Amino acid sequence: TGPSGTVRSGAAEWGGFEDNMQGGGSAVIDMENMDDTSGSSFEDMGEMHQRMKEEEEDDGEAGGADEEDGEFLGVKGLRGQLGRQVADQVWQVGKRQASKAFSLYANIDILRPYFDVEPVQVRARLLESMIPVKMINFPQKIAGELYGPLMLVFTLVAILLHGMKTSDTIIREGTLMGTAIGTCFGYWLGVSSFIYFLAYLCNAQITMVQMLSLLGYGLFGHCITLFVTYNIHFHSLFYIFWLVLGGLSTLRMVAVLVSRTVGHTQRLILCGTLAALHMLFLLYLHFAYHKVVEGILDTLEGPNMPPFQRVARDIPAVPNAVLNTTAKAVALTL
Amino acid sequence: FAGLADVSISEDIPVEGEISVPVGSHSPDEDYSTLDEPVKDTIMRDLKAVGKKFVHVMYPKKSSALLRDWDLWGPLVLCVSLALMLQGGSADSKEDGGPQFAEVFVIIWFGAVVITLNSKLLGGTISFFQSLCVLGYCVLPLTVAMLVCRLVLLAGSGTVSFIVRLIVVMAMFGWSTLASTAFLADSQPPNRKALVVYPIFLFYFVISWMILTFTPQ
Repeated sequence: TGPSGTVRSGAAEWGGFEDNMQGGGSAVIDMENMDDTSGSSFEDMGEMHQRMKEEEEDDGEAGGADEEDGEFLGVKGLRGQLGRQVADQVWQVGKRQASKAFSLYANIDILRPYFDVEPVQVRARLLESMIPVKMINFPQKIAGELYGPLMLVFTLVAILLHGMKTSDTIIREGTLMGTAIGTCFGYWLGVSSFIYFLAYLCNAQITMVQMLSLLGYGLFGHCITLFVTYNIHFHSLFYIFWLVLGGLSTLRMVAVLVSRTVGHTQRLILCGTLAALHMLFLLYLHFAYHKVVEGILDTLEGPNMPPFQRVARDIPAVPNAVLNTTAKAVALTL
Repeated sequence: FAGLADVSISEDIPVEGEISVPVGSHSPDEDYSTLDEPVKDTIMRDLKAVGKKFVHVMYPKKSSALLRDWDLWGPLVLCVSLALMLQGGSADSKEDGGPQFAEVFVIIWFGAVVITLNSKLLGGTISFFQSLCVLGYCVLPLTVAMLVCRLVLLAGSGTVSFIVRLIVVMAMFGWSTLASTAFLADSQPPNRKALVVYPIFLFYFVISWMILTFTPQ
């Protein structure tokens, strides 16, 4: 009852309303004494402000501590209360709008249909991604599913980390983990968007989710290749895997896209781009993050290496000093 | 009030009885008064809860204590200690080759969030924070493995120590994965357990990889 008590006393202190109300049943409202300040001019506002301040000062001199407090809260309290109420309302409205927006956009149920898979289906799709389809005369079905592709991208990240660590890649600006995640997700999302844009230009019948799904499953071949060749380091083995596994998954993606595109030029543009990017990505992953026996380069170039440079691991069998002296001897004789 | 004089109540509605509601247990009253207890009691209660959960992780039985009263103190302590121990494990002190504190922290929490979202999208019945709690607590075996690795590395860093570390880390990785699947897989539809277990496997694999490849300066 504290604030309401002071409101009452504050309203009483204004005086203007009281005078009007107690003027009997007169229907005529005297505009001069109106205290309604909505839309009034600056002069009226200033006058009212001045009057309120004078009343405040008068009562502040006259009354004791209680009255002063009551008056303080009364006049200022009324303004403060109005302000507080307005602020409260703004907060309520804002909160309501924010929670509506949140429940609309951050609702993960939007993504739920894309994760509705069984393990058998995932396995079947993984195997299918390596088998090119033969029928390119009518559109092939693409499952718009995101669980498999997401898991494959994470697996690729894990394999890449393993490869970077075993080759002692030192990254100057950035971290190993950040680079791996950035590379894999960047490829998946970026190339999907780019090919979707090209597909839009070439009038191909494919949606964004289907493109993401197709490219994601196409990374299965990459995962196997890198997993094997990061552990068994024969260059010829890598090239065979690159051609066979990379080629098969690329052929499958290309065949599906061809079946959904009309016109020779469009098919060529779309599929050529996708094939080039997919195969080159595998090549890049192998050579950028892989143990390379570059002892000679390392000793000859010295400390002034450009950023993001691979640093080779010492070959355990041969002592470093021997390698250095051999390299220097070779350089001197050239 | 003249009109209310002839209002009558029918005879069979009882208008007398006990007005006080019997209180079943006094725990709601006790909870309200935890402000008055000494700080030591509060801290000890929380520590005991965390300790009990640690025991549940080390001997994973299918109990629901971990799920029911979830808390994130244990995961925070484990994550911070793991990140501190993993910091600065690079061969060269000039370049930042090893995982930094922030990196490990972000990986653990981001990975846990992704796994939780994945299990919810696959139709899980577990809540967001319960899943975070379980995944965080199951990092305990890997933290123990990190301690053991550091001690082994103090002794030497040859092939023997690598094999010892490999065995220890792999054992703890298996333990972590089994412990977390014991708690999380039950909340999934039965035919989709493999879909939930795989990301957990990957998550603990990445953490184990970070532990195994840690080389002190």
